[in-house]
Amino acid sequence: MSLRALLGLVGLAVAVVLPLLAPNYLVNVGMMVFFIAFIGQSWNLAGGFAGQTSFGHVVFFGTGAYTSTILQVTYGWNPWLAWPVAMAAGGAVGWMIAVLSFRAGLRGSYFALITLAFAEVFRILANSVPFTRGGLGMLIKADPRPINFQFRDPIWIYYLALLLCVVSILIAWRLTRSRFGARLVAIRENEDAARALGIDVFAEKVKVLALSGAMCAAGGTFYAQKYLYIDPNIAFGVDKSVEMLLVSMVGGAGTIFGPLIGSFALTGINEVTRWLASVVPALKNVQPLSLVVYGIMLVLIVARLPDGLMGLFGRKPRHA
Amino acid sequence: MGRAMLEVRELSKSFGGLKAVDQVSLDVRQGEIVGLIGPNGAGKTTLFAAIAGFHAPDAGRVAFEGRDITGLAPHEICAAGMVRTFQITQPFAKISVRENIMVGAYLRTADRRLAEREAETVADTVGMAGQLDQRGSDLTVAGRKRLELARALATSPRLLLLDEVMAGLNPTEIVEIVEVIKGIREAGVTILLIEHVMQAVTSLAERVYVLNQGRMIAEGTPASIAENPEVIEAYLGHGAAKVLRA
Repeated sequence: MSLRALLGLVGLAVAVVLPLLAPNYLVNVGMMVFFIAFIGQSWNLAGGFAGQTSFGHVVFFGTGAYTSTILQVTYGWNPWLAWPVAMAAGGAVGWMIAVLSFRAGLRGSYFALITLAFAEVFRILANSVPFTRGGLGMLIKADPRPINFQFRDPIWIYYLALLLCVVSILIAWRLTRSRFGARLVAIRENEDAARALGIDVFAEKVKVLALSGAMCAAGGTFYAQKYLYIDPNIAFGVDKSVEMLLVSMVGGAGTIFGPLIGSFALTGINEVTRWLASVVPALKNVQPLSLVVYGIMLVLIVARLPDGLMGLFGRKPRHA
Repeated sequence: MGRAMLEVRELSKSFGGLKAVDQVSLDVRQGEIVGLIGPNGAGKTTLFAAIAGFHAPDAGRVAFEGRDITGLAPHEICAAGMVRTFQITQPFAKISVRENIMVGAYLRTADRRLAEREAETVADTVGMAGQLDQRGSDLTVAGRKRLELARALATSPRLLLLDEVMAGLNPTEIVEIVEVIKGIREAGVTILLIEHVMQAVTSLAERVYVLNQGRMIAEGTPASIAENPEVIEAYLGHGAAKVLRA
């Protein structure tokens, strides 16, 4: 464990220093890696540790993005102040979806499908209700000052993404060493046995969905502030749900560093395939090539590495 | 004589048209080891599930330590001090034996270190001290049975419902686990156990209930049960008692 902590610290030091020397392009890629690792970790809390696989996690992301953006654009709030409100909204949506689905006894793939349905409902709603400005989307006025959650130098948004990622890893680490986390794993492994051993399965599942929703919503606000524009397809599109799930599964669902490793792998593939498509004429029409590679990778991982890339590190049963 | 620790009165549970448990009553008194036997499909596991909150009974009443617990959720019943194990073992496969047992121990404490210490103590009691770092999925049948027992014990129950902890074990392993169960009782835990194998029950239980086709057909000491013609027929078929006597 101390070796892993040491590795983590070294990695963190590199992540802090390297962008000072790297070109803007790489800083931006690094920002994406940490940002996706962060929202992936939010998925991982519910889907990885607690085994509540969701296909519609983007519903929390979009809720966060829209909440802070509406507060900011329509009501003139400062985005930093809108951030915690967005998280609360994401948590509330997580709570609501969990209560509705788990009270109805939905498990496994049924739960996955209902979350997908919720995300679609939210996307359609965002397209049609007036306060989101429908399909036009919402534009945040550019005013690059830190007080506005906007930065002139991309390195700051990079550091913010890094901070989010570190916090998410600390949350996951804390979880693995707490009673709450032990109960979530028990629920994932065997719900009936968990129940027999005195665990209020319903309550714990609702709790973790609310936590996961709040975290994911924080990612939504971050995204909106980075790109200063959201519309229903960006905020509630199924591709973000897939991304969160994919980085966790590829890296190792239910592990602390899984989402980060998965995010490195997938962002790396994304960049390499983009470059390949630009230099190899035969690949020009295979767009986006990265999805093809993702697909192959997912098949291989599911078949050969059920613990994800983390499984390569000879994952012994953890000493709690 | 005071009230029994566990009182089951006229409990019934049907699935579709099938009466799996039909007006069953039984008592378990503090400090006892009580056996519940019966042929396959007699409804023993269903009765357990109905007592422990996994099935809501259609009719009847369950009281634990004088408190009506009919219809409570399993986790509430566990918190009250009664815990069940499963006939088909349900280990948490991807985590270690230590972590498996800690899940039970966490019922009484939120402190990780205390839960860990409790898990180690319990592992010692059931003879798993050497296997704490193995994965749940790497255990043998005997190991899984012990783990079921250990996890349940870690919740500090006053009444333990054991569902066929000896099924699938070889004779040596049965002798070992019988000793473990005796030890648990000596530590002050009352036990109600389902067994399919008669000999196992006679070496442990003071009193035995016999369930057949959802109905309680006999109650008594293991010796008296073994001679009860109704019980013999339930196990061996109609007319068997007469043949054996001849």
